Amino acid sequence: MIEFKDVSKTFTTEKGTVKAIEDVNMQIEDGEIFGIVGYSGAGKTTLIRMLNGLETPTTGEVEVNGTKISKLDRGALRKKRHKIGMIFQHFNLLWSRTVRKNIEFPLEIAKISKADRKKKADELIKLVGLEGKEDAYPSELSGGQKQRVGVARALANDPEILLSDEATSALDPQTTDEVLDLLMDINKRLGITIILITHEMHVIRKICDHVAVLDGGKIIESGQVLDVFKHPQQPITKRFVYSEAAPSPEDTNVVVEQLLKEYPNGRIIQLTFHGNQANLPIVSEIIHKFPKLRISIIEGNIHQTQEGAIGSLFLQLIGDEQDIKGALDYLKTMRVETEVIEHGR
Amino acid sequence: MGGNTGYFEFSTVDWNQMWSATWETIWMTVVSIVAVAVLGYFIGLLLFETSGSHNLIVRIINWIVALFVNVFRSIPFIILIVLLLPFTKQVVGTIIGPVAALPSLIVSAAPFYGRMVELAFHEIDRGVLEASDAMGASQWQIITKVLLPESLPALISGITVTTISLIGYTAMAGAIGAGGLGNLAYQEGFESSNNTVTLVATVIIVLIVFAFQFIGDFATRKVDKRVL
Repeated sequence: MIEFKDVSKTFTTEKGTVKAIEDVNMQIEDGEIFGIVGYSGAGKTTLIRMLNGLETPTTGEVEVNGTKISKLDRGALRKKRHKIGMIFQHFNLLWSRTVRKNIEFPLEIAKISKADRKKKADELIKLVGLEGKEDAYPSELSGGQKQRVGVARALANDPEILLSDEATSALDPQTTDEVLDLLMDINKRLGITIILITHEMHVIRKICDHVAVLDGGKIIESGQVLDVFKHPQQPITKRFVYSEAAPSPEDTNVVVEQLLKEYPNGRIIQLTFHGNQANLPIVSEIIHKFPKLRISIIEGNIHQTQEGAIGSLFLQLIGDEQDIKGALDYLKTMRVETEVIEHGR
Repeated sequence: MGGNTGYFEFSTVDWNQMWSATWETIWMTVVSIVAVAVLGYFIGLLLFETSGSHNLIVRIINWIVALFVNVFRSIPFIILIVLLLPFTKQVVGTIIGPVAALPSLIVSAAPFYGRMVELAFHEIDRGVLEASDAMGASQWQIITKVLLPESLPALISGITVTTISLIGYTAMAGAIGAGGLGNLAYQEGFESSNNTVTLVATVIIVLIVFAFQFIGDFATRKVDKRVL
C-alpha cells in the first residue's frame, strides 16, 4: 500500500516560496491503477516523484509498502528504486543501446548476472510484444514501440509499483490506446500497482480504478472513476469530465436553449446511464407506453470505463403534462438518473 | 642568400630526414592526444559534475577548475612553451626534441578538450539522466553507462578537432627545437632557404590532418545511432 500523509512541498525561488503540494493525504491500494489528473502546473509531477525519492516532501511522509521514502539513506534509496519502475512522456531511452540493451540497463544497475539479464530481457520483449526488434536502436522505432521498451525496462527488476509520468501524452490516440491496453494487461497479469499522472481524462476513464484530481497542489476530488465521472463535484473535475464528452456540453447547451425557445411546451431531459442500463431499450419502451408522446433525440454519447459503460442522452418530450409525468416516473422505476433541464442552466 | 629558392627541386630534399621528421610529428601528436583525451575527460567530468550545485565547496571546486581551464586556454601556445621550459626540463630532463614538446602540448590542449567534454555531457538528454537516477543507478554507473556512451559522438568529434589543432602546435613547437616537420621546415626551409623542403613538409602535414579528420569523422558516424 502507498500512503501520502499530510504531504506538502514548497520550492524556494528568487521570487519567493511556491507551494507545489499542499496537505495531500491519500492511500493507494495494492494492485490497483490509480490516476492523478490535473492541468500542467498542478503539481502532478512533483507528487509522483516523491514516490521514488526524486523529490522529497518539505513536511509529511510518503510511505511505499511501509517504507518511508524520505527516511532512506542514499544506498537504501537506490535499492528501493530498483523496485519502483518508472515510464516517461519522452521515453528517456538510451539512444546508444539497442532495445535489448535498454531493457537490460536497470538489470545491469542492479548487478544481475549476464545470463539472468538475457533471460529476463527475452521474457520482457515477449511481454510487451517487441519480438524481432531486439537489436534495433531507439531511433528505428515508432513512438509506441519506444514506450513499449520503456515499459519493459521499467518492469525489468520486478518492481512493486510502476509510475507513469504522462506516458501517453506524446503519442497519437491510437498508439495511446495500445500503450494503455498494455498497462492494463500488465496490471492484470502481474498484479503490479500502477500510479499514473496525466492531463487526459481519456486515460483515467480507460484504465484507472481510482482517480484523484489535483489543482494548485491540492487534491480537490477523488474516488472511484465511475463515481467521479457520474457525479463530478468540483468545477475543474466537471471540465475534465466534459472535455472528454464530444460534442462539448457548451454546444449542447446552445441546442437546448434553442429548443426551449422553439418548443416552450416541451420538456428537455438528460438521462445518465451506467453499467447494464446502457444496454436497455429505454427510449423505445417509453414510446411504446406513451404513444401520444413525441420524442426527439437531441444528443447522446456513451463511453467505456474499467467498471462498465457510462452514457448520457438528451431527449425532448412533447405532449401533455400527464404523459410527460408518466414517462418521468417510468424512468425512475428503471433507475435511470433523470434531470429535467430548464432555462438558464 | 644562396640555397634552392625553387619550390620543385625535389633532388635537394633529404628524404630520410623528411620521413623521420614525419614520424616525429605523428609520434608527438599521437602520444599527446592520448594524454589529452584522458586528462580532458577528467577535467570535463569535474566541470560537469560540479556545475549547478548549491553546495559551497563544490562551487569553489568548479570555480577553481574553470579558472585553470580558462587561463591555460588563453595563453598563446608559443608563450606557453617558453613559460613551461623549467617545468619541461624538470619532467623530461631536456628542452630539445619531440619528448620535450609533450608537456606543453598536453597542458595547452587538455583544458581545451576538457571544455568540449563538459559541453558534450551537457548535451545529453536530461530525461535519460533522470531515468537512470530513478532506476537507482550510482554516480559511477551513470558516468560509465550513461555519460560516456551517450556523449561518444561528441567526444570523438571533439578529440578530432583537438588533434588537428595539436598538429598545428607540434609544428610551432618544432620551430623552437622540438623536432618534427615544423622543425624541418624552419631549419631547412627557412634558415637554408630550401623552399622545396617547406612545400613537401606542408603537403605532408596537410595529409596528416586530412587522415585524422577522416578517421574522426568515420568513427563519429559509426558510433552515432541517433540517426539511422
